[in-house]
Amino acid sequence: MSRTTAVLGEPAQGESWRQAMDSGELLLVAAAGMLVVAAVAQTAAAGLVQPRIALAFGALIALGEVLRLSLEGGRESAPIGSAGAFAYAVVLTVGGQPALQPALQVIAVVAAGMVLGALPHLAAGRPAGLARMASRLIGVAVAAALFRPLSTIVAIARPGEWGLALALMAVVLVAGWLAECLLGALISADALRARFRVALWDEMRVQLPLGAAVAATAILIAFAADMMGLAALGVFIAPLLVTQMAFRRYAGIRATYLETVRALARVPEVGGYVEDGHARRVGRLAVLAGRELGMSEPQLLELEYAALMHDIGQLSLRDPIPGGATVLASREQQRRIAELGAGIIDQAGVLDGVAEIVRYQSWPWRGQERAPPVGSRIIRAANAFDDLVGASTETSRTMAALEWLRLDTATEYDPRVVEALAQVAGRRHRSRR
Amino acid sequence: MVTGAGHRSRGERTSKLSPAAWLYVAAVVTAAVAVLAQALGADPDLDGPVGQSWTMAVLVLLFLICDSTPTAVASRQSAWSPSSSVTLAAVVLVGPVGALVVGATSLFSVRRGLGLTQRVFNASMYGLSAWAAGQAYLAFGGEVGPPSHSSFPGIIAPFAVAAVVHVLINHGLLWGMLMLVPAAEPGPSGPALQRYLPMLALSDLGYATLGLLIAALWSVGGAFAAILVLVPLFVARWAIGQFAAQERAYAATMAALCQAVETKDWYTRGHSERVSRGSAMIAREVGMRGRRVEAIRYAGMLHDVGKLGVPTTVLQKNGALTEEELAAIQLHPMRGLAIVREIGFLDEALAGIMHHHERMDGSGYPMGLAGAEIPEFARVIAVADAFDAMTSNRSYRGARSIEEAVADLRKWSGAQFDPALVEAFVAALRREGWEQSRPATVHPADGVAQPDHDDPAAALRAVDSK
Repeated sequence: MSRTTAVLGEPAQGESWRQAMDSGELLLVAAAGMLVVAAVAQTAAAGLVQPRIALAFGALIALGEVLRLSLEGGRESAPIGSAGAFAYAVVLTVGGQPALQPALQVIAVVAAGMVLGALPHLAAGRPAGLARMASRLIGVAVAAALFRPLSTIVAIARPGEWGLALALMAVVLVAGWLAECLLGALISADALRARFRVALWDEMRVQLPLGAAVAATAILIAFAADMMGLAALGVFIAPLLVTQMAFRRYAGIRATYLETVRALARVPEVGGYVEDGHARRVGRLAVLAGRELGMSEPQLLELEYAALMHDIGQLSLRDPIPGGATVLASREQQRRIAELGAGIIDQAGVLDGVAEIVRYQSWPWRGQERAPPVGSRIIRAANAFDDLVGASTETSRTMAALEWLRLDTATEYDPRVVEALAQVAGRRHRSRR
Repeated sequence: MVTGAGHRSRGERTSKLSPAAWLYVAAVVTAAVAVLAQALGADPDLDGPVGQSWTMAVLVLLFLICDSTPTAVASRQSAWSPSSSVTLAAVVLVGPVGALVVGATSLFSVRRGLGLTQRVFNASMYGLSAWAAGQAYLAFGGEVGPPSHSSFPGIIAPFAVAAVVHVLINHGLLWGMLMLVPAAEPGPSGPALQRYLPMLALSDLGYATLGLLIAALWSVGGAFAAILVLVPLFVARWAIGQFAAQERAYAATMAALCQAVETKDWYTRGHSERVSRGSAMIAREVGMRGRRVEAIRYAGMLHDVGKLGVPTTVLQKNGALTEEELAAIQLHPMRGLAIVREIGFLDEALAGIMHHHERMDGSGYPMGLAGAEIPEFARVIAVADAFDAMTSNRSYRGARSIEEAVADLRKWSGAQFDPALVEAFVAALRREGWEQSRPATVHPADGVAQPDHDDPAAALRAVDSK
């Protein structure tokens, strides 16, 4: 199965980076590679300017790359490495001496540090993450290309003129960050078939907190290096390490949370209320259809939770519905199950949106006093689809189920949702072939 | 403070303070006031660095901004903020007494729900830790005033000592307070603050280095540098807040889903929650540490999740069981394992769920393990599980009292339970007490007469199947 199985950016397991790479990613990595070759060639020809400074920053970048962390949605960040790289791009004086590295040398040093830092990951059998590295490198390259020439033309390094220098650094860093987000969004839009605008928005939302910390730290290093010299680099590792630790634990608990909901969503299946694998299949279908409809990542997460737990209300039934297929149950009973399920989720007190989606999952999309939320409409259709198709992969059965849903789009199933499902199902069949 | 800002217990009414706690607060406050009075006596005209009103004003403002925006850490009882970096910058810029004054302004931080006693205690605690850090800084050769080119790297060692002293005193004083004031709501719903202390102490040390940067950049950019320094501080604050919020949400969701498991049977309401609490009590009593206690808490919560794999008609059957029905019940630990296996738990927690019905003499299920073959987690859960079953109402008998249940635990200790764990549980019970399940007032229409499978007095027995 191809990357259509990647739910919420969780890469399908067992795929090596080479297979997981898209054509878009390949293009990006190739572009970054050419840039690096040019930068290294130029730097080698002209000679390394101020090697001690280059070495210190390069080492920091390598360390940061070793310590990179994964963020939600399969994204990556290397806050320490990025802070070091951006600082090297904008530093003006080190220990009272002007810093003279040209933009191409910045790119060469940053690339060398990144590659060095990626080696331990490769040795440990983890993916190298070339595409994400390439977008980080290009972000730094944009900042360096804008700032290094400027620093030689405008005399911003004069003492007392830190206001101008600060403003320029801030503008350049924002530009670099935007370039990185743009590329990151391109990668995920391509890999997950998300809409580009939604992907960009998600990317910026996720990268903003760390991006702000990285930019502020880079500016601080650049200024502190004037007085403290290269010791500024050492002093700065500690606070960013703390930030990084907090982010790592945050990512960890998020993953455990999803794992737990996934596992416990199987409870009705083990209890014989529902067909095996139903919750997981509905969860996957719902997320893919939701992405097709342009939902953002936080909405998709809520949708996934709701889809996984949509049958939890069946636990309160004394006797299982035959086959557990709610599509064939009476409307009365469907509503009761939805209500009971929403009641259970309400108990948690932290998943109000999820409970709302579960509550209205049995509502027809039209003809009610109020329209059910989009999430509920998606789950309703995905649930019916899975009840009809199950784990089967036969094209004829899929087509028949879609036809069945289409017949009921006047009141029961939202036609946009059904078409999104058809897209998802069609893609799945093509990728199987 | 990082400490500072540390953690404070919030929302506790002063009336709840014990005499010992009052004495403790009074001692801390007296110490702080005495240090301040002595310093003012030695320098009545404020000629020292403290007199630099502009520097002091910016530092106090920064401190108050940091201190007024804390992040709730564990179950909203305590909060953390990165203001220690400001106090430590004050140590360098204006010396110990100035730092004490900056820390003491915590009295005026803008936070709701903070009683006067707590404000006074916090202010004294921060003031004292800042002053002690300042003294350490001076003792190791640090110089007071904005650092210059020549100050580096010589300033780093005294500053590091000051940061460590600051964290130690802040956390030490707070820890003393937590010892004297029991948490308002113990139990599995809110992870104990103690779990966070190491992480917070580390964060505090990390952010202490930012204090040095604020000081170093003071001569270059003054307040502007301080604003930049705040950005990473607030990002870290945000991340820690997100982490704590996720963890609370996780615990709440887990509890809600476990309750769903219990809707199958009126009589087991709240059973998972209580077994989780009891298991954690035993685990702490026998000296398990943070992560393992956390794991056993979740294992206790989920220990009966496999009961869902048992048809409701069997669970609620009126009368004796057939062989097949008995087998279905005896399989529930395995089914539970099948469900939770994919959660990224410690393996130990999984073993605990799978083997919680084994008996020390080897006559339990599903594997018939005996003695030390039974995983420790499973032996712990077995004790808490049986105890809660005995002290809860069942349709075929009323709830037994805690004393009777303890006597029964001891009676079966050795044959069914691990004697050491039984004694640990009894000791923990004495200290922490036990919240018994409330008698079920609503009886399901079709009464449940099947003896509880957890009840040691009502051992499972099969009748001849046809």
